[in-house]
Amino acid sequence: MEKRVLFRSAWLPWVLLAPQLVIISVFFFWPAGQALVQSFQMQDSFGMSTEWVGLDNFKALFEDPGYLASFKTTAFFSILVAVVGIGLSLILAIFADRIIKGAIVYKTALLLPYAVAPAVAGVLWMFMFSPSLGVVAYMLRQSGFDWNHMLNSDHAMTLIVIAAVWKQISYNFLFFLAGLQSIPKSLIEAAAIDGAGPWRRFWSIQFPLLSPTTFFLLVINVVYAFFDTFAIVDSTTQGGPGRDTSILVYKVYHDGFKAMDMGGSAAQSVVLMAIVVVLTVIQFRYVEKKVQY
Amino acid sequence: MVERSPYLTAFSHLIMVLGVIIVGFPLYLAFVASTHTAQDIVQVPMPMVPGSNFWQTYHDALFGGGAGAGSTAPVARMMWVSFVTAMVITVGKIAISLLSAFAIVYFRFPFKGICFWLIFITLMLPVEVRIGPTYQVVSNLGMLNTYAGLTVPLIASATATFLFRQFFLTVPDELVEAARVDGAGPMRFFKDILVPLSRTSVAALFVIQFIYGWNQYLWPLLVTTSEDMYPVVIGIKRMLAGGDAGNEWNIVMATALLAMLPPAFVVVVMQRWFVKGLVDTEK
Amino acid sequence: MASLSLRNIVKRYGVGPKANQVIHGVNAEVKDGEFVVIVGPSGCGKSTLLRMVAGLEEISGGELRIGDRVVNDLEPAQRDIAMVFQNYALYPHMTNFENMAYGLKIAKVPKEEIKARVDKAAKILELGHLLERKPRELSGGQRQRVAMGRAIVRQPQVFLFDEPLSNLDAKLRAQTRLEIQKLHRELGITSLFVTHDQVEAMTLAQRMIVMNAGNMEQFGTPEEVYHTPASTFVASFIGSPPMNLLKNAPGAKPGTILGIRPEHLDVRSEGWAVTVETVELLGAERLIYGRINGEQIIVRVEEGTHAPQPDAVIHVVPRPDRLHAFDATTGKRIPD
Repeated sequence: MEKRVLFRSAWLPWVLLAPQLVIISVFFFWPAGQALVQSFQMQDSFGMSTEWVGLDNFKALFEDPGYLASFKTTAFFSILVAVVGIGLSLILAIFADRIIKGAIVYKTALLLPYAVAPAVAGVLWMFMFSPSLGVVAYMLRQSGFDWNHMLNSDHAMTLIVIAAVWKQISYNFLFFLAGLQSIPKSLIEAAAIDGAGPWRRFWSIQFPLLSPTTFFLLVINVVYAFFDTFAIVDSTTQGGPGRDTSILVYKVYHDGFKAMDMGGSAAQSVVLMAIVVVLTVIQFRYVEKKVQY
Repeated sequence: MVERSPYLTAFSHLIMVLGVIIVGFPLYLAFVASTHTAQDIVQVPMPMVPGSNFWQTYHDALFGGGAGAGSTAPVARMMWVSFVTAMVITVGKIAISLLSAFAIVYFRFPFKGICFWLIFITLMLPVEVRIGPTYQVVSNLGMLNTYAGLTVPLIASATATFLFRQFFLTVPDELVEAARVDGAGPMRFFKDILVPLSRTSVAALFVIQFIYGWNQYLWPLLVTTSEDMYPVVIGIKRMLAGGDAGNEWNIVMATALLAMLPPAFVVVVMQRWFVKGLVDTEK
Repeated sequence: MASLSLRNIVKRYGVGPKANQVIHGVNAEVKDGEFVVIVGPSGCGKSTLLRMVAGLEEISGGELRIGDRVVNDLEPAQRDIAMVFQNYALYPHMTNFENMAYGLKIAKVPKEEIKARVDKAAKILELGHLLERKPRELSGGQRQRVAMGRAIVRQPQVFLFDEPLSNLDAKLRAQTRLEIQKLHRELGITSLFVTHDQVEAMTLAQRMIVMNAGNMEQFGTPEEVYHTPASTFVASFIGSPPMNLLKNAPGAKPGTILGIRPEHLDVRSEGWAVTVETVELLGAERLIYGRINGEQIIVRVEEGTHAPQPDAVIHVVPRPDRLHAFDATTGKRIPD
């Protein structure tokens, strides 16, 4: 959309845009291009020479059981985080919507995880679940459940899911609350007059009207699980035990900076870029269609 | 909502309290842990009420010392690094985006469409997907272990630009015309009228970006190797050397709480603008 | 204060063969201190014309002078003009005082002088007690006065008004109209006032420019425009109810359109035969809608006269000195 009224200047807009354009050229496009180029190359063990190997890196990637496992892990992880996160936040939002007294206190308290860094969240949960001294681990063992996320991959996955969901509760909660509060009270009152109890009203009116919000949060949570959870993984399991909680973004880091496989890491980066593009397109196409500029 | 059932209201409160407990428990535990000595905590199960070691623990955390197996760098220094990083990123992003959005909305110039799309595309390139080469660029520019290296690559994303663009499009044309008749040139209009009108968006973005900058993990992990340039979220991870017993958990927990304080403070104080701005940004 | 001269002003959008010309050569010489109204229906180009004088739109052709300066290429601020906008265009985050002072601040007028001028304008417009408030705390009429105050303090050579009364309710409109007249009497600044409302035009103008589809149809005093309209458009636009324009009036020459205002037709026992369709009772007057020779005709009669029934036939006589003749093809007035 264009504004009708514009200023006239040949040089000023360029000056204004320069900082952003310069920075994104140097720190976005150039490295992205490099990643693209590197993904088609292979370095020898000493890092001395590089040769062009075309799509070999990609082929190797998709034939590597480790990579495919990482894909599966990431998919599993993000579905869990999205479903559990959305489910819990929805429940909280529904009940928060009914309350008038003390709402501010609850809201503020529930907002706090947003302020906590993912890395710190990881550390906090790891502290509670630490097999040797964690309080929760202790309670679990007392009830006969032998918790050890350092050895058991399911436990490890559970841990990072819990930490990730805990962090996202605030965000999801806020959006659901806003969504619920934008439903006209008259609809709900009409349903009540028609004889629908609260449970019925929720399923036939509120939930359907929340579906844009739900869908939006679904996309956001998946993106979050894919990318923003690096810190949680690094501070708790470091991708372990073995490689069982090595989500894609963690693997890129590990292969590139620990295992020094630049070509493979670059190829993984390119794949991740493609995934982000797809997710962003979905987000803008289907979710933000309603937004008028 | 409609039924005035006290039963249902009480139940709602119960759920909310449960929610708050679940959400707040880790934080409470962290606080308790930070008030005991490391030995107290290692004894399973650790005490559930605060102890008396509050001052000692926080002192050790803030100023270094302590006998942990991992890093014992002073947290005070790390808090400072985090603070500077977060502020530079926040202020930098807001300033750059205000200027870019202004250029895009209020001027006509060749290649405007291309510039717009270039900026748009960067939405699709979070730092996590290009860590390798970006690291190389930063390294080549000699920016490792510097504030510049920590902040500049993160300072030019598109979300802020889009938020401001969206807002500028709602400013009535007549204000620009009146300003022109009054004799204001473009930068004068920007400074005297556009920016003051953008106050709410700026406030919301301030909160979001400050937290984003403060909580940055992956990027600082790559570009800082010397202890005195660690932001506090990295510092906390480095305190944990393998094996639970070797870590001084009380100090770790104290650090966790310290790391949480500034963002929590910003969120609580700016809650009103922040919530509105967050929901409006994404919608 | 200065004269304003528009010579063959043209406005085109786009370039080359596909260009769209929307204003086709407007010529007008406005005298120093004169209050000129530009009036016409929506889309006739009146706002565009005003904005070209202001410098908010580029002038595609012709010459614009303020005083003795050619100002075609000057920025609005350099033309020594001030403008009052339809939607007030007040800066919401500034106080009313700051709104009025903004232009002067940019021009680096000293602070004491700014205060003096703003206070004086506030006094004339009765805004004194509202200076420290923000625009959003004011009513529409008050905001419009602040907007006028902003224009007054600039002490410009020309005032430009862009439909400033359109957003006000009817009562406020009438009131503000009187205030504008009073202001003009006191300050005597050359003014261009755009409106679509012909009543505003007739009451405020010393002379008016009647525009239609980018053409200036007539430039004259309200008297001239009312009594000797230059074209069928002007004839039907000015005056309410509009002038009757008849192609088949009895005794009219072929190829001419006869014009006669409803208020200049008298009901008599003999004359033109009009079949009555409806009668509107408007209190002080009555409007008889009827048909003559297949065309519609409106006749205005005083209250108290006998109101005819539908389908009755009445006879009307036009006052001979009030007849107008227009060329049927061009619509232009045929001189008496």
